[in-house]
Amino acid sequence: MLLEVRDLVIDYRSTRGRVRAVDGVSFNVPAGAIIGIVGESGCGKTTAVRAITRVMPSSAVFSGGSISLNGTDLVKLSERDMQKHLWRDIAYVPQSAMNALDPVWRVGRQVEEVLVARGGMEKKAARVRSEELFAMVGLGANRLSDYPHQFSGGMRQRASIALALALSPKLVIADEPVTALDVVIQRQVLDTFATLQKQLNVSVVLVTHDISVVAYVCDYVVVMYAGKVVESGPVADVLDRPAHPYTMGLYNAFPELSGDDRELSPIEGSPPDLLDPPQGCRFRARCPFSIATCTQDPPEHLVGEGHIANCHRATEAADLRETAKRTETWVGVTTE
Amino acid sequence: MQHAKEIALPKRETRILSSISRWLVAASTIPRRDPFAFAGLVLYLIFILIAVFADSLITHDPREILFNDEYDLASNLTPGGDHILGTTYSGRDIYSQLVMGTRGALVVGVTAAVCVVAIGTVVGLIAGYFGGLTDTLLMRLADIALGVPFLPFVIVLAAFLNPSQWNVVFGIALLLWPQSARVIRAQVMTLRERAFIEAARVTGAGPWRIMFVHIAPNVLSLSFLYASIAVGWAILTEASISFLGFGPSDSVTWGYMLQDAYASQALGRGQYYWFIPPGLCIIGVVVAGFFISRGYEEILFPKLKD
Repeated sequence: MLLEVRDLVIDYRSTRGRVRAVDGVSFNVPAGAIIGIVGESGCGKTTAVRAITRVMPSSAVFSGGSISLNGTDLVKLSERDMQKHLWRDIAYVPQSAMNALDPVWRVGRQVEEVLVARGGMEKKAARVRSEELFAMVGLGANRLSDYPHQFSGGMRQRASIALALALSPKLVIADEPVTALDVVIQRQVLDTFATLQKQLNVSVVLVTHDISVVAYVCDYVVVMYAGKVVESGPVADVLDRPAHPYTMGLYNAFPELSGDDRELSPIEGSPPDLLDPPQGCRFRARCPFSIATCTQDPPEHLVGEGHIANCHRATEAADLRETAKRTETWVGVTTE
Repeated sequence: MQHAKEIALPKRETRILSSISRWLVAASTIPRRDPFAFAGLVLYLIFILIAVFADSLITHDPREILFNDEYDLASNLTPGGDHILGTTYSGRDIYSQLVMGTRGALVVGVTAAVCVVAIGTVVGLIAGYFGGLTDTLLMRLADIALGVPFLPFVIVLAAFLNPSQWNVVFGIALLLWPQSARVIRAQVMTLRERAFIEAARVTGAGPWRIMFVHIAPNVLSLSFLYASIAVGWAILTEASISFLGFGPSDSVTWGYMLQDAYASQALGRGQYYWFIPPGLCIIGVVVAGFFISRGYEEILFPKLKD
């Protein structure tokens, strides 16, 4: 296992008290795999992966858990030692990677800066290497002398990916890497990304709110809701036989990248206030299948090979799936 | 890969050429877009040329006391002949003083502006990026500097240290940095939250690298704006100090000329050619600087145009 995240707890200090944004999240990243972390805005997915890099807003507090990369617990490392791992072992394609390039420097200079300052390369070698990197992501070497504003969104995204791969990291964390792009470019960028991932055998943690992106490139998926993992497992299994109602709902709410016609139905309501999270299952207020026992903490159910669902009714998943496919199941559920 | 580099080389040269030509094209549209800024630029250019070639432009040593052929003091000569602007009460050539004064004024103005902006930018970067206690300390320091009365402080400083133009520069730098520091701090605070700064942090770049490689170039335009304002301020201050008699005694400046004219009652004798030219020069250089900074400000903040 390349990366193991165990019982990660992250709080945010706010004027109204502590918000537990990530509450006991665990997941594994096997070497050479792409795992997708999916969930709606504010469910803590970005916070969870940012904790791996330790670059977080100053209001974030690490309150528990461990993050081990190849057996080293990153949480216990000093700031300085952690910095050594950054980019060399763990690279990051940030959310809105569109704006992740410094507007006042030529793109090539920024790639070279990383190669020289972080990779210890000679200036000349760095220039050759940046041309290679650009070729890898399908950008011409002459574009290295452009400024970021001369790039289109997709090109900037490719440049960010090239930057992330610059020092051949073991792990790349990509936070919503294609969200700001239109679907055609999304697919191109995802294809490039997936090809390079296979070629270079890096592991990728891909954060997205779009379950069709997960279906398209990921090997494993972790579904998060309100700071907790609700379901996780191999993509094919989880998407074919979702065992948690939230995953079923999420799947119904997104069109497929491959273009199959399917009626979409939204999940009504909004996630709970994390300042004062509800007892028991956090999805129950929006869940069409909630029952009395849902006020207690949901147990972990192993529903398939490596496929875990945190739901009281996970054993009845097959029946629930059939009901969940009907649009009317999701109408008028919210009890708030 | 080797041949790719060879192709890239001539390309870089054409790029420099094309950026120069683009710059020239942009410069050629200035008179139409902003005639005031253009006038300011021309005026400044003239002053700079005068300052640079002052040595060959002067007709006499500005500090030399001149005598006529009968070995009488060449005092209070009217303009014309040997002396384009006449001579002073103590027999010095006014025109040469005026030309030399340009150099003094620009040296004081530019060095003071560079100091002000260097301090202001560095303080603004540090306060804005680190925030917290560092920010509080630096900004309270800025408040104190803003609270010190400007002219008296520079006079006292000039009186304490030897009166020289560098002390005037020192005094100006010490008191004028807070304005630019505050504005740059505010700008840094917004830049700090931008995605590309966050991205730089994730690559493992340290705070100093982020501040000076990634944030500083983004606030440089603001620094220049404050520099152009500080030049005028510095020249005015130096003139005031010299006029009040606390100026450097070893160099000729416009303020010194005004003081000299005042002390020897030039107005009473109607020697307008003595004190009006340096006065006009001070106004000219300050106004030119103001026009330039105004035009530059409009480029930075296009909304100001309306």
